[in-house]
Amino acid sequence: MKSRWLPYALFAAWVVVLATTPLWGSNYIVRVAIMIAMFTGLTLSWNFIGGFAGYPSFSTAAFFGIGCYAGALAQRAGVPMVLAWIVATVVVGAIAAALGAIILKMRGHYFAIASIGIVEVARLIISSWGSLTGGGDGLNVPLMSGGPNAVARIFLLVMIVIMIMSFIVTVIVDRSRLGFGLRCIQQNEDAANMVGVNNRLYKVIAYTLSALFCGTIGAAHASWTGYIDPSDSFSILMSVKVPVMCLLGGPGTLLGPVIGTAAFMMLEEVFWANFLDYNRAILGAVIVILIFFLPGGLLALRYRDIARRFGLLREPKMAA
Amino acid sequence: MVYVQTLVNGIVLGALYACLAVGFSLVWGVLNVINMLHGSVIIFGGYLTFFAWHSYGIHPLFALPVVAAFMFLIGYVTQLLMINRVIDQPVLTTLTLTFGLDLILYNFMTVYYTATPRRVTLDLGALDLFGIAVPVDRVFGMVLALALTGLLYLVLRRSRIGRAIVAVRMDSAAAALMGIKVDRIYAITFGIGALMAGATGAIFAMVYPVTTNLSGTYLGKAFVVCVIGGLGSVPGALAGGIVLGIVESFAGQFFGPQHALTVGFLLMLILLVVKPTGLTGIKGYE
Amino acid sequence: MSTTILAAERLNQRFGGIQAIDDLSFALKEGEVVALIGPNGAGKTTLVNLLTGVHQPTSGRVRFEGVDVTSQKPYQAARRGLARTFQIVQPFPRMTVLENVAAGALFGGASPSVAAAMDTAREQLEFMELAQFADRPASALTLAGRKRLELAKSMAMRPKVLMLDEVNAGLNSSEIDGALRLIRKIAERGITILVIEHLMKVVMSLAERVLVLHHGQLIAEGGPKEIVRNSKVVEAYLGQKFADRFGGEAANG
Repeated sequence: MKSRWLPYALFAAWVVVLATTPLWGSNYIVRVAIMIAMFTGLTLSWNFIGGFAGYPSFSTAAFFGIGCYAGALAQRAGVPMVLAWIVATVVVGAIAAALGAIILKMRGHYFAIASIGIVEVARLIISSWGSLTGGGDGLNVPLMSGGPNAVARIFLLVMIVIMIMSFIVTVIVDRSRLGFGLRCIQQNEDAANMVGVNNRLYKVIAYTLSALFCGTIGAAHASWTGYIDPSDSFSILMSVKVPVMCLLGGPGTLLGPVIGTAAFMMLEEVFWANFLDYNRAILGAVIVILIFFLPGGLLALRYRDIARRFGLLREPKMAA
Repeated sequence: MVYVQTLVNGIVLGALYACLAVGFSLVWGVLNVINMLHGSVIIFGGYLTFFAWHSYGIHPLFALPVVAAFMFLIGYVTQLLMINRVIDQPVLTTLTLTFGLDLILYNFMTVYYTATPRRVTLDLGALDLFGIAVPVDRVFGMVLALALTGLLYLVLRRSRIGRAIVAVRMDSAAAALMGIKVDRIYAITFGIGALMAGATGAIFAMVYPVTTNLSGTYLGKAFVVCVIGGLGSVPGALAGGIVLGIVESFAGQFFGPQHALTVGFLLMLILLVVKPTGLTGIKGYE
Repeated sequence: MSTTILAAERLNQRFGGIQAIDDLSFALKEGEVVALIGPNGAGKTTLVNLLTGVHQPTSGRVRFEGVDVTSQKPYQAARRGLARTFQIVQPFPRMTVLENVAAGALFGGASPSVAAAMDTAREQLEFMELAQFADRPASALTLAGRKRLELAKSMAMRPKVLMLDEVNAGLNSSEIDGALRLIRKIAERGITILVIEHLMKVVMSLAERVLVLHHGQLIAEGGPKEIVRNSKVVEAYLGQKFADRFGGEAANG
């Protein structure tokens, strides 16, 4: 039996590692920690629709991008920074709920295509709407005062707080009626409806949950970098990377998204540093290896079997 | 008169789109795989054609069959060795795998060819038909695109392999019972998808600049055409391509060219919601 | 005496040019066990689909406890107390047997919490004699086990009416006897049961009343003994010629 508190302890330890990077690491390490916290939030969010409900959503970049622009525009209109992030969260949540009500009628490939289409349409609308969004030239966002190191520390904490919030929501969903119902939908949607699960409602809630913190993270990211443009904010690559991180860790679990993101981001950093020209190809290779050799994610690996093979554990007695 | 010119431009564009999407549609319909590699394979075909012309002076018309055959082989082997292993798994898995392969191909192309746009310039001038100007290279491209699409249609209808592909698309389990080797048909279908992408690349090299920056755009067009025309059908892809070509052409006329793409995607999203089987409503591969 | 719990009123269902259900009316009384029989393609499963909101009828109404529920969704039917099992079993394959049943209790049976649903599920597994498999994945059960799991899942939904769509198809005769015993146990709890069956043995031993469906129409209704003598029923199953001969023999004998 897995012990009940282990995932929480591991998560707490990971939070401590990330939060203390300014004390023991270089600026580079702090930057990586910010990115890991940020992507962990995105992956935990995707886990609601992609992991629990099993719907292949590629909308992450749309929610992140809309969050960037909603937050940036609010800040430029004079709304205080943190309030602007909340505004962005609400805007993105509302948009996701409305879109979800429409596209969650579809399943499988059609849903996947529609969720990609949303990213493209959002990007095209933002880049065509030059009078509001600055079009392809992008937008400047009021920068925080203070030295770059101080600012980095603040945004590290901000991203960690968002990451913790999305983890808490995951824990709540996992234990609730909602999480149970989403798992039913993931395994057999028609049967779920037959036992009394309101499928449409549950899927729309999952899709909205998968968007909310993406909005917050987008807005916070915009405040951190001080400049946004359509092609960076709405990148299809992000929409695919996030599900891959979740698959790497183990979709539909508490810790899978956290572990998957950490492993993926650290690998990516190594590749960026050493094989700058080939980082995309290496990412591609990671995906291919993941799909062939780790179909259930890192969490599904049978560590006991591996340990046994290397002689680290004794053979168990045959169970009666 | 302006509208006739726009309409003609749209139809020429539409024929190219049909050729671009038909292989993607075939793979999606038969294997139930969304092939994210499609856009990059088109660009790859374009590069090979360009360098054949640029370095050895080979006319694209002669390069085309060689490029197409080469792509068929690559597609056949990729399917057999890689995609076949996950063919029964959910969308997320197959889509992510082809996306991973796409990243690899894309990366190698940007490193070796860089993103600099290149183009085969044949300088054929323009045809003038009662005041409607049509560049000859485009007409040439359109004729080639239509010919290839028509050829694929004939192959599917008349040849043994074509009928086997259609049978697998309708019911793979029943096809297997009839003695069809489903794995082999999958590989051939994926090969044909790559072949059509490579050929499209060769045609596009005469009409558009070849650059890796366009691979995502082409893939997006393939999505849109499939959704408009309905999955896995040659006439569907043709109808979808021409509808998209005309819509983009008029959207460019009325809202400016930068919005043509947006309108196409919006059309796709609306159709997905309203009528997921596409305008033609054709489901089988006929 | 006993009141009508579920009623179909002049139901029609057309699929394209096919009249799957043709002006069909019937009523179930609280607590009775009724069998629905008919040759293949008669429209039995379509009828259950109409009663549970999977399809909307082309015309006609469904009433449950006097309320018009024609336009309900399947999940609403489940929450109201209209439960069904499937001809082809529909478990949640990667959940345990216990969790499968708990899903029924939680959503259809309105258990207040996941923990309460697990408790209800344990009771139902006990009742359905599946308790020893509680922690196995549902996909590991045999066909007979999965059919019983369907029953347990439906029971956890605290149904008022239970529709059993060929729960015995594909089972061997000792498994069928086991299933029959369980269905009787369910009926003893006062739940109204509509059994859709091919096997006359099951129909004869369970049903108080039999409905016969043919080409979407209700062609006969009555006690099991009179139904097997009904010439229309024999004709539907065996064809005109046989019915004439059978009818003649019955008249002579």
